[in-house]
Amino acid sequence: MVEKKITIKNRAGIHARPAAMIVQLANKFESDIYFEKDNDRINGKSIMGIITLGAGYNTTLKIIAEGTDEEEALASIAKLFETKFEEE
Amino acid sequence: MKNFTVLDLIDMDLKEHNSLNLRCIGGRKGLVREITVPELNRPGLALSGFFDNFAFQRIQIFGRGENAYLRKLEKEDNTRTLAEMFSYEFPCSIFTHNLQPTKDFTEISERMNCPMLSTDLTTSELTTRLVWALSNVFAPQKTIHGVLVEVYGIGVLITGRSGVGKSETALELIERGHRLVSDDVVEIKCVSGSVLMGSGANKVIGHHMEIRGLGIINIAHLYGVAAIRDKKQIQLVVELETWDPEKEYDRLGSHENTTELLGVSVPYLKIPVKPGRNVPILIETAAMNERLKKMGYHSAKEFNQNILKWLESESIRSVYSKKKSFR
Repeated sequence: MVEKKITIKNRAGIHARPAAMIVQLANKFESDIYFEKDNDRINGKSIMGIITLGAGYNTTLKIIAEGTDEEEALASIAKLFETKFEEE
Repeated sequence: MKNFTVLDLIDMDLKEHNSLNLRCIGGRKGLVREITVPELNRPGLALSGFFDNFAFQRIQIFGRGENAYLRKLEKEDNTRTLAEMFSYEFPCSIFTHNLQPTKDFTEISERMNCPMLSTDLTTSELTTRLVWALSNVFAPQKTIHGVLVEVYGIGVLITGRSGVGKSETALELIERGHRLVSDDVVEIKCVSGSVLMGSGANKVIGHHMEIRGLGIINIAHLYGVAAIRDKKQIQLVVELETWDPEKEYDRLGSHENTTELLGVSVPYLKIPVKPGRNVPILIETAAMNERLKKMGYHSAKEFNQNILKWLESESIRSVYSKKKSFR
């Protein structure tokens, strides 16, 4: 299991479009992917789950990946956050 | 658990048909104070100046007796005790019987930003209702990845890995006249120790569903109010799993499997999915079967009983006919 803390850097936060991008990316990997905000942990392969987190600008999230391709999954998802979902 | 503030309490009361009838009568700036424990306190001893073990984390309830004492304090011009009491940051005060707090009390509440609420209920009535409401708020909870639907009155939680077809199954069930509680994220609360209440985790998401290929759809608008529910007790957990030819699946159903959620055991089924298997119908049947079991009729066991009886009668018959043939 690998995990990484990230902060949301795009102004709009995670709305439907970024959520869909995350899910599409997460579904490419075999590993289970989770997001954690405060004490809520949700499945990273579910759009509704990610939107439920209500992650706005500057929220800190923890990405957790567990499985055969966990390192790769974690890196590419973190990269998606860093590039602000190609938004700004 | 998210922060639960005094404002949330009033908000919750409004949503739940005002069963507590709470109104804020002062100290509005303090409405953001957090309620951290589900218990209540009647501050009789504190008012008399005894602060050892003062349960200040709790909501303070002022009934007729406490209010009369407040009036006595005012008559005696004693503001010291109140000042000391307010130095403990209690979440809020609630006055029952629509009682009006004294001027001193109002003043200090405003100054210390401590909300004052009032209700027309009697103290004992408010206590029972408030304890019940708070115990629901503070009940152990967790969020689960799955879909909660009501099928023939049974709350069925459909779980399984991403992409196995949970949402599609739920959609078909809705199409067949059943109700959606929540898609994808289900918040489960253990109410009164043994009841698992499931609801949507977020009002914004409401009764939307995400279906691969269609995108996000709104069930409430597409199928109307009859197709949705806000919360439902979870009475059956169905796990969908891609069919594995190597694996043995339950063929009889005479052994009852259960799974644990928040320490409560719930009937549990594992249904293998493969093209051509109509999962919604299987779930409908499972729900009906669950209802039968609740009514005391267990199909699989009854079936086996019948077979046993039949075998017994057959063997008696064969013994009897053998005897006959000897003669």
